Amino acid sequence: MVPEAEFRSYYGQPVIKSPVWHEPHMPAYLYLGGLSGAAAVMGVMAGLSGRDRLALTSRVTAALGATAGAAFLVAELGRPERFLNMLRVFKPTSPMSMGSWILAVHSGLTAVAAAPVLLATRPASRIAASLPAAVTASLPAAVTASLPAAVTASLPAAVTAVLPAAGDAASLASGVTGPLMATYTAVLLADTAVPAWHEAHRELPFLFAGSALAAAGAAGMLATPRAQAGPARAVAVLGAALETAAGAVLESRLGLVGEPYHQGRAGRLLRAARVLTAGGGLLAAVAGRGRVLTALSGLALTAGSLVTRFGILEAGRASAADPKYTVVPQRRRLEGEGRAPARAPARMWP
Amino acid sequence: MAERMGFFTDTSVCIGCKACEVACKEWNDIPDDGFVFRATSYDNTGSLGASTWRHVAFIEERSRVPADQDRDGDDGSGGIEGWLMSSDVCKHCTHAACLDVCPTGALFRTEFGTVVVQADVCNGCGYCVPACPYGVIDRRERDGRAFKCTMCYDRQLGGLEPACAKACPTDSIQFGPLDELRARAAERVERLHGEGRPEARLYGDSPDDGVGGAAAFFLLLAEPEVYGLPPDPVVTTRDLPAMWRWAAGAALSLVGAVAVSFLSGGVLPGEGATGRTGARGRRGGWRR
Repeated sequence: MVPEAEFRSYYGQPVIKSPVWHEPHMPAYLYLGGLSGAAAVMGVMAGLSGRDRLALTSRVTAALGATAGAAFLVAELGRPERFLNMLRVFKPTSPMSMGSWILAVHSGLTAVAAAPVLLATRPASRIAASLPAAVTASLPAAVTASLPAAVTASLPAAVTAVLPAAGDAASLASGVTGPLMATYTAVLLADTAVPAWHEAHRELPFLFAGSALAAAGAAGMLATPRAQAGPARAVAVLGAALETAAGAVLESRLGLVGEPYHQGRAGRLLRAARVLTAGGGLLAAVAGRGRVLTALSGLALTAGSLVTRFGILEAGRASAADPKYTVVPQRRRLEGEGRAPARAPARMWP
Repeated sequence: MAERMGFFTDTSVCIGCKACEVACKEWNDIPDDGFVFRATSYDNTGSLGASTWRHVAFIEERSRVPADQDRDGDDGSGGIEGWLMSSDVCKHCTHAACLDVCPTGALFRTEFGTVVVQADVCNGCGYCVPACPYGVIDRRERDGRAFKCTMCYDRQLGGLEPACAKACPTDSIQFGPLDELRARAAERVERLHGEGRPEARLYGDSPDDGVGGAAAFFLLLAEPEVYGLPPDPVVTTRDLPAMWRWAAGAALSLVGAVAVSFLSGGVLPGEGATGRTGARGRRGGWRR
């Protein structure tokens, strides 16, 4: 337990402003960006090792994650119609500028990578097989059979010939943008005056990388036949382990500034996330045995990754709202450097 | 570039009249920021924000001696030792976090060395809001964009001083070239010390502080946090290179974790045959 810190403030008001980002937009974007980034890397590895079915799932997951994430990001803006202003400048001092470029390139690449596997180059039966059973069941068989054929017929032969090669190249490139996509959001949060985020700039990237791996592994497990989902299960297990370890280091290292991570609503969310992630990870290790285990594990990991992001946002809000977290570490820093008197004069003004 | 301009706010002569708040609202045509009775002091404005670019803090400091033992305690002051008043404003930092992190280039540095938001460019991403170590800039939710003090950029372009400084009846808010203001402030704090007020101190005047010095700096009569100011603010982007290095490490770990998962064949308990599609798949890569 951290001893109660003595400090002064202006009527207990916060010194800094709380993040204005809304729920669920911001945490959903963090989750989807991570999901897409890690899935893109899985897509590359699956392709290189000849696992077509897992490559298909991963590429589609990466494309859908990036697209949906971008939609949440635009909806979060105060002026959504001006979202293209993000690409007016290329600004290395702004993680959001770098992130916008990463997202723009990554979403483009993942879309191109997913296009051929969804459209022209595969027989309809394989497309249908790739969809979750619930989706397939809800569509008339005639539709699932005829849609891809119709699309293929409407494309010039030249395009259908080029698409697979372009898709493979784009998938390879998304193996570079993916890891950036999954981790830049940690820098985005850390590069603020919010003490709980700023001081966590070492652990947050690893926490987010683990969360992204767990999310993408879970998606791979849920949407790939069990016999071919082995690597996805391994990714999920490693991701859950990384997320759990990074979270533990974060909470033990930060001391006073880390309080918001285990108190109040943020604490409850993050405890729930830890149980879901660790439980899902353990289940994933044995999930090859059965359908129910796989579903339980995949859903727990997905929920864990999502709840982690909500918890991190909430911890940042709590950290900004209490002046203690801003004033006390700064005061200690000043006193440690001998730049300020340790004690104020007894009578402060006449 | 013109000379760097600044504000020197000498709180030892501030009378808490809030003329600066009103003048700022009037000149800049800022909408109301709510009519809230805060019941803490004579301050019902609260803090700086999207629609509050000058904020007069008002502190009723209680005596450290319990009221019933205080010799002055029977004068009806209820143990109130004194009043502190200070007109807060955007600091227009040398190293401005809001400016650094703005992804659209809406925030820019003017020829006067000040930091200004271009309302026709800002897309309301909100990143500048938690980046500011002083909690100055904010997003106006009804409008969607971020706003803050411009040090009356338009008036400066016309050769006029900012509205708040113009309206201040005691010259607590002084506007001028930053070098001149710093020299004047050093003299003033020296004089106050000579008059037996050792608590007088300058805040934000040093180019060696965490934001490289503020263009709007203050003479305070108590610790900064009493006024709601951070005691040792640091521009958040100072650690950005380190942050990217840690993120790069995490990104590589992610790649490594995926590679290990695939190269190990995804063999976990319960794993039957691997998911490979056969010789054709291995040989031909992913192109079927």
